[in-house]
Amino acid sequence: MGQWNAPDGLRYAKSDEWFALNGNVVSIGITDYAQDQLNDIVYVEYRDAGTELLVGDSFGEVESVKAASELYSAVSGEIIEVNMQLEEAPEVVNADPYGAGWMIKVRIADASQLDALMDAAAYIAYCESR
Amino acid sequence: MSYIPHTEAETQSMLAQIGVTSFAELFDAVPAGRRFPSLDLPPAMSEMEVAAEMLAISEANDHAGDFTIFRGAGAYHHFIPSVVNHMLLRGEFYTAYTPYQPEISQGTLQATYEYQSMMCALTGMDAANASHYDGATSLAEAVTVALEVSRNRRKKVILSHAIHPQYREVVRTYHQGKDIRIIGDRGRGELVDLIEMLDSNTAMVAVQYPNFFGQVEDLRKLADTVHASGGLLVVVANPLALSLFTPPGEFGADIVVGEGQPLGIPLTFGGPYLGYFAIKQRHVRKIAGRIIGETVDADGKRAYVMTLRPREQDIKRERATSNICTNQGLMALAAAAYLSLMGKNGLRQVGELNYHKAHYAAAQIDRLDGYSVDMTKPFFNEFVVACPRPVAEINAGLLEAGVIGGYDLAQHYYHLPNHMLLCVTECNTRAEIDRLVDSLEGLC
Amino acid sequence: MPEPIIYDLSAPGRSGVNLPASDVPPAPLPDELLRGDLPLPEVGELQVVRHFVRLSQLNYAIDTGLYPLGSCTMKYNPKVNEDAARLPGLAQLHPLADPENCQGALMLMHELQSWLGEISGFDAVSLTPAAGAQGEFAGILMIRQYHIDRGEPQRDIILVPDSAHGTNPATVTMAGLRVQQLPANVAGEVDLAALGEACSGENAEHIAGMMMTMPSTLGLFEPNIAQVIELVQSVGGLMYMDGANMNALMAVVKPGELGFDCMHYNLHKTFSTPHGGGGPGSGAVGVNAKLRDYLPGPVVRRDQPLDDAPADNGDAPVPRYDWHMPPKSIGRLKAFAGNFGMHLRAYAYIRAYGGEGLRQVTRYAVLNANYLREKLRGEFTLPYDQTAEGARRYCGHEFVVRGAFDDAPDIHALDISKRLIDYGFHPPTNYFPLIVPEALLIEPTETETKDDLDKLAEALRSIAKEARAEPQLLHDAPTTAPVRRLDEAKAARQLHLCCPSARPGA
Repeated sequence: MGQWNAPDGLRYAKSDEWFALNGNVVSIGITDYAQDQLNDIVYVEYRDAGTELLVGDSFGEVESVKAASELYSAVSGEIIEVNMQLEEAPEVVNADPYGAGWMIKVRIADASQLDALMDAAAYIAYCESR
Repeated sequence: MSYIPHTEAETQSMLAQIGVTSFAELFDAVPAGRRFPSLDLPPAMSEMEVAAEMLAISEANDHAGDFTIFRGAGAYHHFIPSVVNHMLLRGEFYTAYTPYQPEISQGTLQATYEYQSMMCALTGMDAANASHYDGATSLAEAVTVALEVSRNRRKKVILSHAIHPQYREVVRTYHQGKDIRIIGDRGRGELVDLIEMLDSNTAMVAVQYPNFFGQVEDLRKLADTVHASGGLLVVVANPLALSLFTPPGEFGADIVVGEGQPLGIPLTFGGPYLGYFAIKQRHVRKIAGRIIGETVDADGKRAYVMTLRPREQDIKRERATSNICTNQGLMALAAAAYLSLMGKNGLRQVGELNYHKAHYAAAQIDRLDGYSVDMTKPFFNEFVVACPRPVAEINAGLLEAGVIGGYDLAQHYYHLPNHMLLCVTECNTRAEIDRLVDSLEGLC
Repeated sequence: MPEPIIYDLSAPGRSGVNLPASDVPPAPLPDELLRGDLPLPEVGELQVVRHFVRLSQLNYAIDTGLYPLGSCTMKYNPKVNEDAARLPGLAQLHPLADPENCQGALMLMHELQSWLGEISGFDAVSLTPAAGAQGEFAGILMIRQYHIDRGEPQRDIILVPDSAHGTNPATVTMAGLRVQQLPANVAGEVDLAALGEACSGENAEHIAGMMMTMPSTLGLFEPNIAQVIELVQSVGGLMYMDGANMNALMAVVKPGELGFDCMHYNLHKTFSTPHGGGGPGSGAVGVNAKLRDYLPGPVVRRDQPLDDAPADNGDAPVPRYDWHMPPKSIGRLKAFAGNFGMHLRAYAYIRAYGGEGLRQVTRYAVLNANYLREKLRGEFTLPYDQTAEGARRYCGHEFVVRGAFDDAPDIHALDISKRLIDYGFHPPTNYFPLIVPEALLIEPTETETKDDLDKLAEALRSIAKEARAEPQLLHDAPTTAPVRRLDEAKAARQLHLCCPSARPGA
């Protein structure tokens, strides 16, 4: 089993998304662990910008050669931007899951929703326990 | 029995290797009270006897080999070049499984890719899958895709009254467990009526082309109106008619489905047939069933593989939108061979033979006292004949003359008593058509 | 040299077909409705023949070698059945023929319905489903409607073991019901405690039924099947059997007698109508008295003559066959009445064997699987090899081996499969059932000889040794097939689904 990268400062969900807070906007993507498990990612699809999400809502789907996975939001708010680059180059998620592989940005009202999520150390421990 | 090759000595040595003395021990986990029932079936037969019995059953039917047939209504008697059957009889094709191991399935994969390509050519669409069970289930699957495209927010599906009645029944069967409304198939089925039913809750409108009554309609305005309301236009098209008429992809269809049986597949009492399914690029990832894509192997050599696999039931399980697994693969091969042989000019020639012969027959019948044909609307190889008597009576009379007559429209369209849907194909000679006309005249 | 795409063999003006000239006066064509270019290839007849023959030679098939693909029952497809399917009275029979004109075909379907019912112990059978998945769909729709008609529309949960075929949960969703997955116990059987939990409390009122495969997808007979059925039915649920593995059950046990309410048959598996490179199949459904009125239609009914008087010549009265729509039918599943071409092959197959012959089919299918499994013991891990009590157990018509080795960590089931291609065999089913990591599901079928099974066992044992000694051989495999391993990520990222020459204006 490989060792997975999980930068400090981000928050992590059990469904393997990461959440980065910047002002009242949260960027969301999938973790290094998730891209490693999925292997070659071939397609990413999101709900449209403008969609209102509630905690636990699916905001899209990611497909690899052999698997399809729903993407879940752990925060409530409106999708204000989606990463169009991934439609053309989904492999970027494999190469740079925390950077160029970000997926959507959500404007949130309640930053405390992030408190329920794991920090990097807890998330790595969680991955290793699986 | 010749299909089980074991000798008695081999059987005994295999049982010994397993460590048992009888077959019965291998089944000790089966509930004892129910184990080893006898089967009350007819006794076994030799190959000679099987062949004779099948011949006897065959001869107990009145078929297009012995009779002149003018019946279509979703299943058509067309000429099939001999080569098609010879290719289907290649054991390498028909005794293979789904091409899950692409390295040793390139034959099936490439032939299916070629089938997909030729269906795109016919329909004017961007992608086609490797098949559904038949035209009716293709339409039912198109409904699922249209609902998915609307993210299941739109709940209304409009099916034209002029779609094959049995296709509409299948759509209802498929979607009985869903919270949607299927409308449109009562009433006159004019295009303007369909447009009136459109609203922001409409996921799709489906029409048949040529429609069930054989007529070819101009669907451009309908396409534009459906799109303006945010729904999809699904066209159920006879692929052979597309040899002559504008492909639905050109006038804006989002999904084109239909029955591929006219493309080299025999009547066989209703199946196996070929449900084709073609779609525009923007919805291609919503397609159900298998789809073949081109790629390269480890040496960079061109090769084919099943792609978009994660949508399928074996991976997506309860989140899949269709459970289709086995399809009609060998029938897609038949269509690929047929279209390869016909080619650009042959297929058009077949289309023209159908068109001209059907129009000749329609004109002759229209001249008969008591019969009339609506010649004002364009049609392909089927047309409606208003008859002076119930169709069942006319068909009984035709049969005595060695002719299988048309389809009785009163079965499904109560406002059309004494109306027959007749089909004329390239297989019908002028002499046969004249005989039909004479017989009809005599039955007036 | 790869075989060219058919479009690359095209030359303007060439044709592969010889059509008659028109013998009627031409009618004017409606210009405004006509299409422009028709981008089909233009290829000569011999070139088409060679193209498809060459393509066929790139396939592995039952007719070329042993095809031990688990859960698929890749047995010999008798040639005489192909001849039968091409008889003009069967191949050229219109599906909307009047019943008077197709009594032979209707009789065949009626007999097949009753034989399938006899083989599995069911009251009634419908042949209309086109494939196993469509049979499952019919079964779950019938169960759904049965509960609705009994005033229990809240029953919306179908229990599905985690070892099930993917079609099972997908079917439940298609029918608008919910899946509740059941875990397996340590012996790979239904966990009775978990099942008891699912069938208790408030959940029990929502149970519509349960889908089970028999033998299980591990190839094992469920020893507690009677308790499972009893438990589900005691809370009002119905039992559905996935009949994919019927090749292990003929004249061994009748699912209807065990208490199953409904099942589908895979005629293309058990009854040897060919697989056709992925289809067509046929997925007839059988039901007991509870569900017979709900069957998908039409089915074929035998109408006894009004009087039982002998015919003029003293023979027994001739029965008449007709279509029949069951009174509460879930409806039509296909435009017409199923894949008749498959029905007639299954008919001929059952006719050739008879009841005792079918018992032999199952005996030898199970013998071959157990024999092959013994030959692999020691070299491969055989999961769920014992009952929960630790007793020895035999497999049905197929079995699972673990396609991985603790002392060869980089080797996966897929590598073993690909290497098997180099040994001249088709691989087993990979990664199914999902409850066994690195599963290889092996089903030899009854039509293979001991010699060929010995060769397959030898190849697999040899690969197990290579996995440790020369793992690169496995990673690079196959090297002897027409192509090597494919770039599946490229195929999915850069979708190339249609030859560019087929596009308008090409």
